[in-house]
Amino acid sequence: MSQTLSPAAAKTPRFGEIGLAGVLAVLALLTAFIAVKAWTPGYAFHMVVLCLASVAGIYAIYLRYQKREAAWPPQELDGVPNYNFGPIKFCTLASVFWGIAGFTVGLYIALELAFPDLNFARWVNFGRLRPLHTSAVIFAFGGNILLATSLYIVQRTSRARLPGDLSPWFIALGYNLFIVIAGTGYLLGITHSKEYAEPEWYADLLLVAVWLTYFGVFLGTIMKRSEPHIYVANWFFLAFIVTIAVLVLGNNAAIPVSLFSPKSYIVWSGVQDAMIQWWYGHNAVGFYLTASFLGMMYYFVPKRAGRPVYSYRLSIIHFWALIFLYIWAGPHHLHFTALPDWAQTLGMTMSIILWMPSWGGMINGMLTLSGAWDKLRTDPVLRLLVVSIAFYGMSTFEGPLMSIKTVNSLSHYTDWTIGHVHSGALGWVGYISFGALYCIVPWLWNRRGLYSLKLVNWHFWISTIGIVFYISSMWVAGIMQGLMWRAYTSLGFLEYSFIETVEAMHPMYVIRALGGFLFLVGALIMAYNLYMTIVSPDAAEVPESRPSPQPRLVPAE
Amino acid sequence: MSATNQAPTPKRSLWDYHAIFEKNSIILVLGILVAISIGGLVEIVPLFFLKATIEKVDGVRPKTPLELAGFDIYVREGCYLCHSQQVRALRDEVERYGHYSLAAESMYDHPFQWGSKRNGPDLARIGGKYSDDWHRDHLRHPQAVVPASIMPRYGFLEETPLDGAHIADNMKTLALVGVPYTQDMIDKAQEDLSAQGSPDSPGVADLQARYPKASAHEFGADKRPLTEADAVIAYLQQLGTQIDFKIYDNKANIR
Repeated sequence: MSQTLSPAAAKTPRFGEIGLAGVLAVLALLTAFIAVKAWTPGYAFHMVVLCLASVAGIYAIYLRYQKREAAWPPQELDGVPNYNFGPIKFCTLASVFWGIAGFTVGLYIALELAFPDLNFARWVNFGRLRPLHTSAVIFAFGGNILLATSLYIVQRTSRARLPGDLSPWFIALGYNLFIVIAGTGYLLGITHSKEYAEPEWYADLLLVAVWLTYFGVFLGTIMKRSEPHIYVANWFFLAFIVTIAVLVLGNNAAIPVSLFSPKSYIVWSGVQDAMIQWWYGHNAVGFYLTASFLGMMYYFVPKRAGRPVYSYRLSIIHFWALIFLYIWAGPHHLHFTALPDWAQTLGMTMSIILWMPSWGGMINGMLTLSGAWDKLRTDPVLRLLVVSIAFYGMSTFEGPLMSIKTVNSLSHYTDWTIGHVHSGALGWVGYISFGALYCIVPWLWNRRGLYSLKLVNWHFWISTIGIVFYISSMWVAGIMQGLMWRAYTSLGFLEYSFIETVEAMHPMYVIRALGGFLFLVGALIMAYNLYMTIVSPDAAEVPESRPSPQPRLVPAE
Repeated sequence: MSATNQAPTPKRSLWDYHAIFEKNSIILVLGILVAISIGGLVEIVPLFFLKATIEKVDGVRPKTPLELAGFDIYVREGCYLCHSQQVRALRDEVERYGHYSLAAESMYDHPFQWGSKRNGPDLARIGGKYSDDWHRDHLRHPQAVVPASIMPRYGFLEETPLDGAHIADNMKTLALVGVPYTQDMIDKAQEDLSAQGSPDSPGVADLQARYPKASAHEFGADKRPLTEADAVIAYLQQLGTQIDFKIYDNKANIR
């Protein structure tokens, strides 16, 4: 802000523009060099993509420089913070796009398990598409909606513009470039084979650069805030950003075979690697899919319901308890394995205790509706948000249950786990994201409201029926298979061969695919509705400066 | 707070101290770091120092170059997404698959391949249960061997020549992260690679001196180039066979 605001000031490139363009130029040369000498065609392809992206980045910086004012954008316009919404709009649209893509791949691999002939080429085999599905929904769909909402919420609740000029755009574009590199890598067979951490070393390096920038911009906005308190949603987002950085660095520690090879070997091995993987894996759930989405809940539910957060004290207790306890839960993925018993028992104990802070969050979200329950009848968006909290409550009860060793001996390795994950992923993460999208799109594009609430209603009911099909079929499939594996005849022999248990699953797999199809249809209805909201001429423009009530959080008495 | 007019000295509640976190972003970040560090440190760090974590057993050796190439393909194709390599210490699993898995058996797997879901059976003890030819047929067309199987076809593996040019580089990297590959093993990687594919070749004795009990397979490596399917089969055929459980003393490793 040291520069003069005089319109006559001569335009000069800023330090950040020169710096980033310089880094990108070095990167473009380096990746071009590696592409020429790469050991595998897949790696060469990725280096070409990175090279083109770097060149495109330099060109975009140049175009932006041509168009922009000499002065920095003002921090305030008419007494209201001049919020930076450009990258947020991009991430919002990207999340809808990746959501549809990820649900479609999910439907396809669900069908592959029912009809194996669909594995017709190496690129679409289940083993390569499954990480594509999980990464597309968690990191692409979930990640983009998290970037969008966290950067929106932190600006609004801090009453401050995002710091940095190019960095918010670097986060949005760099993150999506990472998604493209990771996703195409799986199809080409470039993978670490660590669940939910499959991207290879060079994709991880890109992710780390983006993530540290994200941390800087997010924390910078909080530091610039004109509100005395940091709003509760931002505690959760901060915990999410910090913890994911720690987890990714720990779990992906690897040594590349060569600069010219996509292959790297993880530093950890065997039992220690298993523990580190599920320390990461369970907290990808705990922080990527829970803490951050709770941050979303703490903004959108009070806003949409027009009520303050139910309890300030409950939010303090459950925040610290949740982030402290989640980290311990990893070993429940390794019951009865070669992991030492003390670690298994410790993980199980902490997982059961974790039930309490999880339900603390659920209660705080649900009871925020006190005095506004009637809105559930008239506002399908609020209904999505509330049902998402209900699913959160359900799956955070089911999780501790399944972490008990006795239950886990039956449920582990079966589709019960898949059903459990999806009641959380479709019900909680999906619905809170859909609710957030329905809220944020009219706000970002200055529309009076959504194109059609009726379509939201259709989305809600179609996908809810889909979820019911999905999780009930997986309960049946998982419990049935677990029981068949351990069934004995009266003579003391195992009753079923493995393949008989696979055959028995077929009808359940078909029903599951139907559920996934309905969920995808719902998402397509949403995409249409959001598209029409953005382009619709009769959704009249509303001035951005309209007073926007903050979700109230009563400070400590 | 409006009612506090009557109270002469409003008592400072414990809740007020939380304002320290709410008003200082750096303190909030530090608080988060402390809260999330404890669990991970307590559960992970001891695994590197407690000697009982990995059993003392005879027989576990690093993978041969051909088995390592197979392991890399196993990783590449995402086999771990449907096949676990971890027999749990449960009666039905031990009867179905064999002795429960020991930590020592995967100590040279970077990364571990224990898996989390069984769309297909556990593979921890698959080695030696079926012939090489069975595996080849099964990889090419699983339904031809097991009609109800839902496994994808991996016929392309036997049509793809094995790219073993960089296997020594892979072994060097693994040596850096703790796999006991000697300089001799790395230098002779190419010889060992082809020796394991033709049992009659003179290199087999050297291979078995470097990798005890490694078995050579009738892949015809002296007549044709090895394929990716050969590597995967060599990898699968040694899974779970390195420890001789007839002489393994369970009680010595009670933890």
